[in-house]
Amino acid sequence: MDFHANHFQLFDLPAHFRLDADKLESAYRKLQNEVHPDRFAAAGESEKRLSLQWATRVNEAFRTLSKPLARGAYLLHLQGIEAFSEKHTSFPPAFLMQQMEWREAIGAARQARSADALDRLTRELRAEARRMEEQFAAELDDRQDYEAAAATARKLKFMHKLIEEIGDAQEEIENA
Amino acid sequence: MALLQISEPGMSAAPHQHRLAIGIDLGTTNSLVASVQSGLARVLDDERGRALLPSVVRYRADGRIDVGYDAQARQNEDPHNTIVSVKRFMGRGLADLGDPGRHPYKFVDAPGMVQLATAAGAKSPVEVSAEILKALRDRAERALGGELVGAVITVPAYFDDAQRQATKDAARLAGLNVLRLLNEPTAAAIAYGLDNAAEGVYAVYDLGGGTFDISILRLTRGVFEVLATNGDSALGGDDFDQRVFCWIVEQSHLTPLNAKDTRLLLTRARAAKEQLTEHDEARITALLSTGELVDLNLTSAVFNEISATLVNKTLAPTRRALRDAGLAPEDVKGVVMVGGATRMPCIRHAVGEFFGQTPLTNLDPDQVVSLGAAMQADVLAGNRAQDDDWLLLDVIPLSLGLETMGALVEKVIPRNTTIPAARAQEFTTFKDGQTAMSFHVVQGERELVSDCRSLAKFELRGIPPMVAGAARIRVTFQVDADGLLSVSAREQTSGVEAAITVKPSYGLSDDEIAGMLQDANAHAEQDMKARALNEQRVEGRGLIEATRAALALDGEALLAADERAAIEENIAELEAAMAGADHHAIKRTVEALNQATSEFAARRMDAGVKKALRGHKLDELSL
Repeated sequence: MDFHANHFQLFDLPAHFRLDADKLESAYRKLQNEVHPDRFAAAGESEKRLSLQWATRVNEAFRTLSKPLARGAYLLHLQGIEAFSEKHTSFPPAFLMQQMEWREAIGAARQARSADALDRLTRELRAEARRMEEQFAAELDDRQDYEAAAATARKLKFMHKLIEEIGDAQEEIENA
Repeated sequence: MALLQISEPGMSAAPHQHRLAIGIDLGTTNSLVASVQSGLARVLDDERGRALLPSVVRYRADGRIDVGYDAQARQNEDPHNTIVSVKRFMGRGLADLGDPGRHPYKFVDAPGMVQLATAAGAKSPVEVSAEILKALRDRAERALGGELVGAVITVPAYFDDAQRQATKDAARLAGLNVLRLLNEPTAAAIAYGLDNAAEGVYAVYDLGGGTFDISILRLTRGVFEVLATNGDSALGGDDFDQRVFCWIVEQSHLTPLNAKDTRLLLTRARAAKEQLTEHDEARITALLSTGELVDLNLTSAVFNEISATLVNKTLAPTRRALRDAGLAPEDVKGVVMVGGATRMPCIRHAVGEFFGQTPLTNLDPDQVVSLGAAMQADVLAGNRAQDDDWLLLDVIPLSLGLETMGALVEKVIPRNTTIPAARAQEFTTFKDGQTAMSFHVVQGERELVSDCRSLAKFELRGIPPMVAGAARIRVTFQVDADGLLSVSAREQTSGVEAAITVKPSYGLSDDEIAGMLQDANAHAEQDMKARALNEQRVEGRGLIEATRAALALDGEALLAADERAAIEENIAELEAAMAGADHHAIKRTVEALNQATSEFAARRMDAGVKKALRGHKLDELSL
């Protein structure tokens, strides 16, 4: 196994967006079982260093592949496309309008200190993010339309930011 | 070397001695040491059969140091020189302490970390903690009757890098080989999970004397995976004492108190709090040095009222941890209660209400952390067979980042990232011909640098002059399995490399530690040499044992004859050095053997990874 193999090769999985989460998890655990620093606490310095590097590498690969957006962006990266490079800043007007509406709704719920409204918004946004992930999967795995997929990745990133903002607002209300 | 691989299926385990390893719970109020013997973890008592060691250190003018009960007994009469709850000051500057007046100490402001003025001179919290650790080390060596290969020391999960580094420094100062810093709730989860064969999502609610942690873990067979952790490293049972203390002062209309009276009333406040665990009211009486008499009755109802905000302060981090884990309270299968302060009925009630279930209190909240630490120490020392151990996947509690333009924080590694972890970020120069760049490493969740903890500042010098924006400076954050950070920066384009690794600014350098050790042992130089020699021999023996085991397993397959001969030669040299009494020579040959086996280690690691994946494929076939 090459330390510099790509994340999919590392876990012996096909380089697809749709992946078997159980297989990923099980391969991750098997690898960590082998390379984790806890396995080398009584070892010599060279093995300790190697173990730290490998375990770090395995954690990074797992983190990337286990999150849909990161996984998709990584697949694009393997195709030579950087979805989040600064060249790409334009979005379709309809998407931007929708973003603004959501942002206003979050702001209003925050003002009204309505945990229920925030919960509703979270569910709505999560559902929309899931729809986008399905589209992402089709673009990446079925049509190999990487430019379209990169655009979807950028939209998804916006969605995640919104969901995060709701989390912050919820925290504000709970801790008040 | 990978001792744990010795007992692979089909291979007979190479015989090796049980290695003595301990787990230490270095608590705010009390500390404990435990060890696994004959497969069972147990707390090691002192010679009078007591498990707890009060985390109290008293410095006397003649240089003698009392630790534990002896020190505790004198805290009221000698409050300046008797340090209690020193854990609260670990890795903290004077500015972090809030109102220093509520502590009966004379603080000395020192760079990085506050110090305490005592009859024996200014002492840093690291030195005070080292005294507690030394007492526990001595206890363990007496009880186990041999040289320790190392210790697992627990820290609050929510400890930041400064506090962790300080703890590790204290252990080194106490002459302990730190196998791992382990998060307290994770230790508790190990002890609880293994005892109860627990599976599913568990929360560990850990309210100690001075720190609060909440960790959400997923327990599956053989894996303890921390999903999220949160807490407050300055909130604990002590604060409840403080509330009672303030109530006493208010009710009795007392004027400002001297250190002795402050300490006396704090002791009474604590006794009253403990009384209320089993009773509905507690009487508080004290005769102050001013002649004033305190005589009050504290009821549960009043206590609950004055401490309600503290109870609520633990629920906010609990919500955050659940949210970070992407879970709701009802997803949690059990709530494990840890820390003496969770005996308070108001805490149990609030936690039960929040999670909608009765918390698990069937284990001793004082002992469970040290027992879990001992179990982990046993695994790390290599005493368990590979199919009989477990894997621990822990996280960093607080985000790590760099200061950017406008004193804002750019997060490099977000909180709750599984460790070990590394992340790199690229920066460039903004002026033509710029040859240096400075970096400020911070930890925390807030956007402004001033709201986060400053960990280190360093400069990368020697960047070759280039036009602005042409240099590519890659800054790499690496967090190891102890949760400790190191940062390096390297200029990429020029081929000229300049790299620096920083230790956080409060951290002690190896030289400083050596200096302190020397001071402490000034009268016992012989003793120190003997210890150093012994330590080197233990390390040498371990390395030889591990190397031989590795050679027996994989030497044939992975090494050419001449490569193997070179390693054997290094082993022989180390053995020769170990027969002598020069610990420097042993150290040199240990390093040489490490060097000689590095390529072999790399091949074994590759083989291990391949093997793991082959196993994976077999699983698929059998499905």
